[in-house]
Amino acid sequence: MLNQLTISELTAKLAARDVSAREITQACLDQINRVDGQIHAFISHDAADALAQADAIDKEISAGANHHQKPLLGMPIAIKDVIAVKNHPLNCGSKLLGNFISPYDATVIQKLKAAGAIVFGRLNMDEFAMGSSTENSAFGLTRNPWDTSRIPGGSSGGSAAAVAAHECIATLGSDTGGSIRQPAALCGCVGLKPTYGRVSRYGLVAFASSLDQIGPFTKDVTDAATLLEVLSGVDPADSTSVPQPVPNYRAALNGQIKGLKLGIAKEFMVGGLDPEVKQAVDAAVKQLEKLGAEIVEVSLPHTDYAVATYYIIATAEASANLARFDGVRYCARVDGADPIEMYSKTRGAGFGPEVKRRIILGTYVLSSGYYDAYYLRAQKVRTLIRNDFLKAFEKVDAIVTPTTPTAAFKAGEKSGDPLQMYLSDIFTISCNLAGIPGISVPCGFTTSPKLPIGLQFLGKPFGEETILKLAHAYEQSTSWHKERAKLD
Amino acid sequence: MAAAEIDVKYVAHLARLALSPEEEKTLSSQLGNILGYIEKLKEADVTNVEPTAHAFPMVNVTREDVARPSMPNEDALRNAPAKANGLFMVPKIVE
Repeated sequence: MLNQLTISELTAKLAARDVSAREITQACLDQINRVDGQIHAFISHDAADALAQADAIDKEISAGANHHQKPLLGMPIAIKDVIAVKNHPLNCGSKLLGNFISPYDATVIQKLKAAGAIVFGRLNMDEFAMGSSTENSAFGLTRNPWDTSRIPGGSSGGSAAAVAAHECIATLGSDTGGSIRQPAALCGCVGLKPTYGRVSRYGLVAFASSLDQIGPFTKDVTDAATLLEVLSGVDPADSTSVPQPVPNYRAALNGQIKGLKLGIAKEFMVGGLDPEVKQAVDAAVKQLEKLGAEIVEVSLPHTDYAVATYYIIATAEASANLARFDGVRYCARVDGADPIEMYSKTRGAGFGPEVKRRIILGTYVLSSGYYDAYYLRAQKVRTLIRNDFLKAFEKVDAIVTPTTPTAAFKAGEKSGDPLQMYLSDIFTISCNLAGIPGISVPCGFTTSPKLPIGLQFLGKPFGEETILKLAHAYEQSTSWHKERAKLD
Repeated sequence: MAAAEIDVKYVAHLARLALSPEEEKTLSSQLGNILGYIEKLKEADVTNVEPTAHAFPMVNVTREDVARPSMPNEDALRNAPAKANGLFMVPKIVE
């Protein structure tokens, strides 16, 4: 079953000419045909195009191309429906965009292609990346491969479910308040949100510009390091990308975590934390200690304000970013007597309930008379949250937390109560506000039903090497990442 | 906690977003709840705290002033709901 293997395993097989890129791609397409009717990770995919790319890669390999030059040679990688792939549809999980076809490649897509990846498929998501369960997609529910009555998390639910169901080798997602790490935790795969500015966002449809980052979903930590190295780097097309050198991330995965100081934030270990999640995380912390990490208690005193701060800043930025969807240059236009009526009707008909809710909230907190009380105050509290982390990182090399307070919940369980849904992001949100990197790795399962639990490592700005090293050392000392969802 | 009530109709107008009367009603009660929760920010002491707009603000990001090809007209118009003569068409703006 080639589709079940990792990038490193497939690299070895391709290099030895044991398999072809076409065989790998066909194995993924077969798995999609077999299981995606139940999972619905994909909104669409073009099998013929994927196979044509695979054939081109096989020719390159016969002509001498190798994985030193092109680290993703022959790897089928599927993309969240919020990142532009030239000549492929782009809908952001919304019906608003109609039959939109991307006129150009996002920088991360150019990088994947240059590294030899087979870029295919549009993965389901909460509309415009707003949500924590993928229930807000206009294209229907994505199901959790571990229990199809449950949600896969969100907003990158399709990206996580596709990896967990072995429908492709890796995927890309985006993370504004946890949208990579939370679904990775709930589906039992690895999800990495890089430091703000590490990866170019050119070609990513903007949700909240001061928070959004693109990152990978993979089957193990080594593959996450491989992908991060390909995706990272400054980009003239994204003025917020940071000109920081890109290290060889895989070289950091040497198991040497002895003496690393690992912080536990007491504010993250309380309130609403499921006992089984707590037990799994406590056991993981003991394991890390056994591997040589030094556990240190740290305090992030403003954690309790993170969700409120986030929902002011993210909605304010979204209300401005989403102004472009007005029916002039794209979108399924609804005619009006004048342009304003056309904008209003197009947006009213095209956006779903959660997007409307956030546009109204964001417009309100920016409106005259409320700006200082909400938006400006939230930006100040954001400074306090960021300073909490910077202060903690004077004492420790990384911080370890649960990724989510509970395992995957049932479809429909929280969709009627937006505030409860927002609170499910409580452990992932501060990372985006502080702009630091975070990774989620599997750290156990609940007993009945058997659902994955995620462990989150948060690092210093541009400290991806350290969190990858810790996550890798932990992963290699456990077998959680080898467990597979049963799908029949 | 009591919070300000959102005048949803007015804010929807600012956002150029047509809402049905049912949507206005639902949003009004849901946003009341969310604003109630957000009120907790008022407890935080932000005296002398500078606001953060970006975690890593990059200033004066410039590039060489060299002409380079832009997106071809047909690509830019590819997704246009209405177009003519290489331009986007919109409803009449001036009488």
